[in-house]
Amino acid sequence: MQNLAIEMTGINKNFGNVCANKDVSLKVESGTIHGIVGENGAGKSTLMSILYGFYQADSGSIAVKEKPTVIRSAHNAIDAGIGMVHQHFMLVDTFTVLENVVLGTEKGFSLKGSLQASERELNRLEKEYHLEVDINAVINKLPVGLQQRVEILKALYRGADILILDEPTGVLTPQEADHLFRILDELREQEKTVILITHKLREIMAITDNVSVMRQGEIVAHRKTSETDREELAELMVGRKVLLRVDKAPAKVGKTELKVEHLNVTDDAGVHRVKDVNFEVHSGEIVGIAGVSGNGQSELMDVITGIKPLQEGQIQIKNETITPALSTDAATMRRFGMGHVPEDRQRRGLVTSFSANENIILGYHKDPAYNRFLEMDRDAIVQSCTEQMEHFDVRPSNPFLRTTLFSGGNQQKLVVAREMERDPNLLVVGQPTRGVDIGAIEFIHRQIIAMRDAGKAVLLISVELDEILSLSDRILVMFDGQIMGEVMAKDANERDIGLLMAGVQKEMA
Amino acid sequence: MNERQSNNLVVTIVTVTNLLVAFFISGIVIWSLGEDPWFALKTMLYGAFGYEEGLGYTLYYTTNFIFTGLAFAIGFHCGLFNIGAEGQAYIGGLAVGLLCLWLENWPLWMVFPLAVLVSIIFGGIWGAIPGYLKARHGSHEVVTTIMFNFIASVIMVYLLSHVLRPPKEMSPESRDFGERVWIPQMHEIFDWFGIEITQTPLNGTFFFALLCLLLVWRYVWYTSWGYELRTVGTNESAAIYAGISVSRNIILAMAICGGLSGFVGINEIMGSSHRIMLNFQAGIGFTGIAVSLIGRNHPLGILLASLLFGILYQGGAELSFEVQAIDRHMVVLIQGLVILFAGALENLFRPQIEQIVKHFAHRTL
Repeated sequence: MQNLAIEMTGINKNFGNVCANKDVSLKVESGTIHGIVGENGAGKSTLMSILYGFYQADSGSIAVKEKPTVIRSAHNAIDAGIGMVHQHFMLVDTFTVLENVVLGTEKGFSLKGSLQASERELNRLEKEYHLEVDINAVINKLPVGLQQRVEILKALYRGADILILDEPTGVLTPQEADHLFRILDELREQEKTVILITHKLREIMAITDNVSVMRQGEIVAHRKTSETDREELAELMVGRKVLLRVDKAPAKVGKTELKVEHLNVTDDAGVHRVKDVNFEVHSGEIVGIAGVSGNGQSELMDVITGIKPLQEGQIQIKNETITPALSTDAATMRRFGMGHVPEDRQRRGLVTSFSANENIILGYHKDPAYNRFLEMDRDAIVQSCTEQMEHFDVRPSNPFLRTTLFSGGNQQKLVVAREMERDPNLLVVGQPTRGVDIGAIEFIHRQIIAMRDAGKAVLLISVELDEILSLSDRILVMFDGQIMGEVMAKDANERDIGLLMAGVQKEMA
Repeated sequence: MNERQSNNLVVTIVTVTNLLVAFFISGIVIWSLGEDPWFALKTMLYGAFGYEEGLGYTLYYTTNFIFTGLAFAIGFHCGLFNIGAEGQAYIGGLAVGLLCLWLENWPLWMVFPLAVLVSIIFGGIWGAIPGYLKARHGSHEVVTTIMFNFIASVIMVYLLSHVLRPPKEMSPESRDFGERVWIPQMHEIFDWFGIEITQTPLNGTFFFALLCLLLVWRYVWYTSWGYELRTVGTNESAAIYAGISVSRNIILAMAICGGLSGFVGINEIMGSSHRIMLNFQAGIGFTGIAVSLIGRNHPLGILLASLLFGILYQGGAELSFEVQAIDRHMVVLIQGLVILFAGALENLFRPQIEQIVKHFAHRTL
């Protein structure tokens, strides 16, 4: 038995009436990689925030390296040797790597002196853990994979030997993720302890020694990774059996529903975001657009759905041709039979302070069915909302509840319900399952397949490669605003797509 | 008790608590001046409600605050902070006055709708220009509406001293317009039913203000236009996603703000002074901001807050008249404390009150 790096005992944490952590006990052996899995809202982040001193537990105790420790702030946590790499990096974009690492630990009056002293230490760390980064590079010139390394370096520089990583692969290509895992491996060999928070079971299986599963604020199981499998973990997370594979019949491809030609997008800052993109989507098929977040997918989607004006190129929807000369907006696209599930439901798909029934008409509020002579027809709206909530199993099924009070999965079901119940010819879906629990993911995926089987065209944009692979019939990979290649889903494998996502052409690979 | 009910209860208790604190501190100030706070309170309430004339004045001021309070609220629901009710009321009122001077021999039933219309058009344009500047060029409405207040003020001074002032008159006012287009005052209206009350500036516009409260309420929460307005005000990205034009809604909201502010001119000019005067709108536009914030930007809240400020205006005047140590400035202090606690520091006691309400809500469940 190795000694324990972290021991949390009987942790309870309530936010108002919501119980985020309930009698949680966690033991992490030192020198291991310990995974914590759970759906969104299962309490993983709260638990780690307590460990890192952002929140105080209502009750319970923490021991670090078998010494009882009181952690009241991130400062205490760092002193105890705990470091955290956040999901969203805490780096100053315009500073160099060195400046970022030193930030907050500089000694004395002269910055230059402490930078020089740190440079040696940083070089040593880079060598020891194979975390090579040019220490004089400016952060915003570095790819995200390297930025993440800087975050890890920062934690190590502060003397952390227990490292918490919160959803570290969300922004990485598969290759970058593999590289991260090699780094974590290296850290383990150097007797460091790593706590990995994730909702991706693949990563748990690939890298961890032990895994704890959280559900609804409680730890429901501890397992040795070698003694469990994805199916068991998924079942533990959700509390019932889930299908990880999506079953679907072969696509019956029909006529063209969407045709994009020579589309170019330049953003407000003058950056060329989408470069001469051409593709078609036919009825009865799901076309997936894969790519690391920030490679032009969002901008492409904004233009296709009418949120941003078309600058250059041409879009054909059914029989309507849209050119830059026409002024079109999202309402026009809806009239042409396009449904749109946006990437960011909180910011775009919903007005979270409105009630469910007010959100069910967003974008369709001018529909005669929802309006009487001057005023809106509240009864019709509430009735329509009740029906849609029933069809899409939205819980709680209360059309008057404010939308913020629904869970992420149920909010997303509301958006999906609204856009699908309109029976569009073309459905554009962005990140349909971001921040959605496994149960709802399964449901939403089945609905998307059902749309396809009903002969609708579906354009799916997602940074989750698993999702693209399991849903799409045809996959387009975007990198740096261009479509790097097209792959039929049945011939696709993760490695090839990963290379395309990293900007490597097939011939070169 | 569901979420909405307990939320309403919290809001009510918070507002009442804030007002009590404001009055309590006012009381301390009055006491420290060597006067009896209880007597001051009684004098104020008597001044506002105790006799017919006082009540009339209270409701007359209330009418003005309803208009400018609503004007602020409409903008607020569209995500705008409209400080321009002052200037919009000025320009709207100017248009109303000019219309009355021009059509002074027409019957009131024809002139009144026209007055409403020109007030909407002119006040509306005065509001819509900052709205346009915001929507198209991103100029912040707080800056532009303040500027437009100054512009309105200068225009008015020029017109009243150079154009509208009758020859040989000293004061910067227009001449009185004909009695046919005067809005009947409340004592005249009561007189039709054979009831005799004291004459005050309170006039038929009061009923029009109540109608506006009702219309704004239905507009904001029950029409698809109001839905668009609130969507733009709460989440602009969601509005664009829904195909709602943000710029059109901003311009429209500012135009409605201007129109509502302009109705102050109907109450003041057609209902009371019967001529265009300098600064007839003084302070009403700004008070409207406090009215709307204290009233939580809801018509019912605005009605109550307008009444409160009506009491403060009229009761305060009575107080400074009756009590030696208290002058006009003391009344401004009390108003300031009300704005401070019920407006700016509105969430001071909220967490504690929420706790208490939650505690009792649990018990009743």
